[in-house]
Amino acid sequence: MTAMVVTAARLGLLACHACALLSRPAAVGAPARCPRCGAHLHHRKPNSIGRTWAFLIAAYILYVPANLLPIMDTSSLFDSQRDTIMSGVVFLWTSGSWPLAALVFFASIVVPLAKLIALTLLLVSVQRRSGWRPYERARLYRFVEFVGRWSMLDIYVVAILAALVQIQSLATIHAGPGAIAFAAVVVLSMFAASAFDPRLIWEPVNEDNG
Amino acid sequence: MTAPTLIACHDCDLLQRETALPAGGAACCGRCGAVLYRRMPESLDRTLAFTLAAGVLFLLANAFPLVGLEVQGQRNATDLLGAVCALWDQDMRMVAGLVFLTTVLSPAIEISGMIYLLLPLRLGRLPPGAGRMLRFLQAVKPWGMVEVFMLGVLVSLVKLAHLASIVPGIALWSFGGLILLLAASAASFNPHEVWARVRL
Repeated sequence: MTAMVVTAARLGLLACHACALLSRPAAVGAPARCPRCGAHLHHRKPNSIGRTWAFLIAAYILYVPANLLPIMDTSSLFDSQRDTIMSGVVFLWTSGSWPLAALVFFASIVVPLAKLIALTLLLVSVQRRSGWRPYERARLYRFVEFVGRWSMLDIYVVAILAALVQIQSLATIHAGPGAIAFAAVVVLSMFAASAFDPRLIWEPVNEDNG
Repeated sequence: MTAPTLIACHDCDLLQRETALPAGGAACCGRCGAVLYRRMPESLDRTLAFTLAAGVLFLLANAFPLVGLEVQGQRNATDLLGAVCALWDQDMRMVAGLVFLTTVLSPAIEISGMIYLLLPLRLGRLPPGAGRMLRFLQAVKPWGMVEVFMLGVLVSLVKLAHLASIVPGIALWSFGGLILLLAASAASFNPHEVWARVRL
């Protein structure tokens, strides 16, 4: 780490989030645009904390029905079965494919919850202007951004099974209401992650350095 | 007023001096470790080649059946759009829309947008609206989830393996290749280099 920390903001420069060009805004407070690519320029993402909280709270609320409601309805000649996300994992486990069970458990249960908790931690620490382990928190944020998409796994499984298993004499599979809630959790937490501005993590650190 | 040798970290706003990189190297932020920029050898040629090949496989992946089920002499196959339609018909419109967006629309936009951008650049011209297109592609990119979809196909095949015999379709293999090509195209693409040529 350098002894003197100089950020773009301190020099009155704005970095374009799209093309990374540094420019000096014409007037303070005026809406600025990148001279190269035309993107709106912001010192920080506008309303980052408020918008992230909004997406995050909505995702928390929907996380409950996403796990309690069935995501899949299997009806065969003899019985019908409703599967939640967890019972899908259990089914994979008992049918002997435990690596796949572990994979689905990780993608559908661990990742969404870990993502919500991680974003909550980031928001709370930023709001308290904490200078605690900024490097680790920055890496946590990048990890959240990277890993979120893999939660879509179960949605795709339901989509394929619902299209494929339509054999009237044997079994049919329908998507259940849990799938809507689960898809919403994935999308909302992706929005939450992109609304969060990681530069906020470093603001208390910037102030400490000068 | 710009300072061409300085770059601000997109994750922590730290100002740093740009340095020349060896081929294949990446510059990371000295404070938070975010990747600032890379230098890929023959970035333009490679990215264009991978993207064109991905375009061919993408068409195959959508035109042919993905997997088929064979049970008691009955056969039922589905392609990608069939999966979307099945959800739509079951009143899962939002989920159907999301699957369509992430597995068909986003990759289609990504591939055609890249070709629109890179083909003229390869011929030494800048296509109109290049900056806007590059910005649009950056926004679309997180929503293309072909690799997650592929894993979803594999998981559902394992779930069905005890129920019926499975007939892998042409689109399944095309999808496998498409994932590799899209990853290769993303790894060899250097937006930094393209931005340097953009003037609005």
